[in-house]
Amino acid sequence: MMPRKTPLYDTHVKYGGKIVEFGGWLLPVQYSGVIEEHKAVRQKAGLFDVSHMGEVLVKGPEALKFLQKLVTNDVEKLVKNQIQYTPMCYSNGGTVDDLLIYKQNDEEYLLVINAANIDKDYNWMKDNSAGFQVELTNLSDETAQLALQGPLAATILEQLTEAPFAEIKFYWFMPEVIVAGKKVMISRTGYTGEDGFEIYCRPEDVTDLWEAVMEVGRPLGLLPAGLGCRDTLRFEAALPLYGHELSADITPIEAGIGKFVTANKSDYNGSAVLLQQKNEGPKRKIVGFIMTGRGIPRADYPVIYEGRQIGKVTTGSYAPSLDKNIGMALVEVQYSTVGQKFDVEIRGKSVTAEVISKPFYKREGK
Amino acid sequence: MNIPQELKYSKDHEWVKVEGNRVTIGITDYAQQQLGDVVFVELPEVGADLTVGGGFSVVESVKAVSDVYAPISGKVIEVNEALVDAPETVNQEPYDGGWIAVVEVADSSELNELLSSDDYEKLLAEEGDH
Repeated sequence: MMPRKTPLYDTHVKYGGKIVEFGGWLLPVQYSGVIEEHKAVRQKAGLFDVSHMGEVLVKGPEALKFLQKLVTNDVEKLVKNQIQYTPMCYSNGGTVDDLLIYKQNDEEYLLVINAANIDKDYNWMKDNSAGFQVELTNLSDETAQLALQGPLAATILEQLTEAPFAEIKFYWFMPEVIVAGKKVMISRTGYTGEDGFEIYCRPEDVTDLWEAVMEVGRPLGLLPAGLGCRDTLRFEAALPLYGHELSADITPIEAGIGKFVTANKSDYNGSAVLLQQKNEGPKRKIVGFIMTGRGIPRADYPVIYEGRQIGKVTTGSYAPSLDKNIGMALVEVQYSTVGQKFDVEIRGKSVTAEVISKPFYKREGK
Repeated sequence: MNIPQELKYSKDHEWVKVEGNRVTIGITDYAQQQLGDVVFVELPEVGADLTVGGGFSVVESVKAVSDVYAPISGKVIEVNEALVDAPETVNQEPYDGGWIAVVEVADSSELNELLSSDDYEKLLAEEGDH
């Protein structure tokens, strides 16, 4: 399959973005440099093109009933203009995807899903919708998205809109706002561990919006930011990435996000396995670790204890905010307590590591 | 793109500085730009025997792991320990402070296989066309 371009492709090239393929999309891995962009987001602000993300509208009198079957969190708790993070699982507890649910009204919910999973998720939702009075629409191609992230995100945005968006709390959204003359939806969400906003708009408006945000933000230290730092930022905040900490083979309980698996309802996809794991504890668990020996852990490197493989690295990197080499790994649960020592096998050599608590980075005042 | 005339180059983007039967080896300006921020260098051991074309060092950026191939056969007689604590030197000074190892050449005829700065520039132009 040919990789696809977002509506901002030419803008990325113009801004010096180094283009790579990711999940079937051509996107910038970096502009000025991963570390510089990472630090801009932590200290000032960064602007990301996340138009590759997928959006599915769930509409109908049984929308809530359908979602309660489909996902593991309790969607009934959501009120209008509020957002919920939730895993979506198979009946065996493995994860189909993790997503955001935007409640637009009692009969309309917008689901935001991972780019690489759009077709899989949409088909899965379609199959699961049989017997429910709901209509599913894949809006992915009609929706572009920017993520403005960092401590100065609100300062930058307030110069572009009259809307009282500063009142939006974390995980709430405003469905219709004018920003830089364009009609958009704004949510206080993100994938970086910082304050920030995600702006949903029409593809034909996204380039003007990007330029408007950059123009206002650049004097304050805003940088265009690529996928490279998107990954290191979410990783420091220990946010799971589908295909790494979550997969068809890894349940949300094993991933350590059991708080998004509710016991308030039963008979949802995966509930039997997940609630049992939640009560009894999983046999494997995602842990955070730091390298005590010299080396950078990378995804899929084996984790070894006394000569036996006890798991594997799911994400590993140099962490720019900490100036340390750290990782997350899926390991047998008896090796998952903080302070546990084990080895990571790097190019055939055992290098020492130690379990530490997650997240690795927390913003001040949070 | 900086391609010093006095150095020789491999197709794998290493540079070689020849001084008698000793050569200093590093990665080129182009290679460090392609990699991005270098955060780790795995150095060879002093005394290690290198075979031309074999991996002898690893340079890692935040997102990528990249092997460095021996541009020439020989014995490692010195390594750049400063890169352990300051791997970013590879980005900042690829041809100076960013050197990786000094090697005693086993077979000086292999030096003739390396590219001149002009040839290396042509190679980069061709790669840029892809």
